[in-house]
Amino acid sequence: MIPLMPIVRAWFAIILLGVAGLAVAQGNLEIDTPAIAALKQSMQRRHAQLTPLYDSGVIGLAADGNVALRDASGVPLAQRGQVNALVAAENADRAALYREIARANGHPEWEADVRKTFGERWIDRAPSGWWVQRGGWGRK
Amino acid sequence: MTALRSIAMLGALVASASACVTINIYFPAAAAEKAADRIIDDVWQLPGGATPAAPQPMEGDEK
Repeated sequence: MIPLMPIVRAWFAIILLGVAGLAVAQGNLEIDTPAIAALKQSMQRRHAQLTPLYDSGVIGLAADGNVALRDASGVPLAQRGQVNALVAAENADRAALYREIARANGHPEWEADVRKTFGERWIDRAPSGWWVQRGGWGRK
Repeated sequence: MTALRSIAMLGALVASASACVTINIYFPAAAAEKAADRIIDDVWQLPGGATPAAPQPMEGDEK
């Protein structure tokens, strides 16, 4: 004999979970966590420094969701270290962002998919004149 | 009778559980695109960024 009440309760719990899963499938991913907010802020602050580098084509948006150093020849030698550091810091934040989004939604294994989605969206949303990697590198 | 009902319940339980797995196992691409756009709006401070994160007194942003 299986007691019924716990089964009924478990059943309702599972239905509720299913509804939550449906919400994710249809509408929104959770992106309002403190960790994601902090990463966004950090990237927002860095963006002011990155903008002239995008504009001049020194850096570009890579297909893998990263920022890539494309052509440093226009950058004075003395400043190349700083540009490298900026790119490295930006890519570290981006990696953490993709990881956090996957984690916040209970699916760490989605990280690669999140990265791929972002890779496409950064490129699609980039203003004209910026260098982007679609197959090969090109100027938007 | 009660045994039959328990079995039916168990069946429903298994069916609902597998439905959940089906829903959650796939990456929600459309939702991810929306989330990405919201974050990109914020990071790049593009118009249409819904969150009033940090209203900066910057007018002429580059195109």
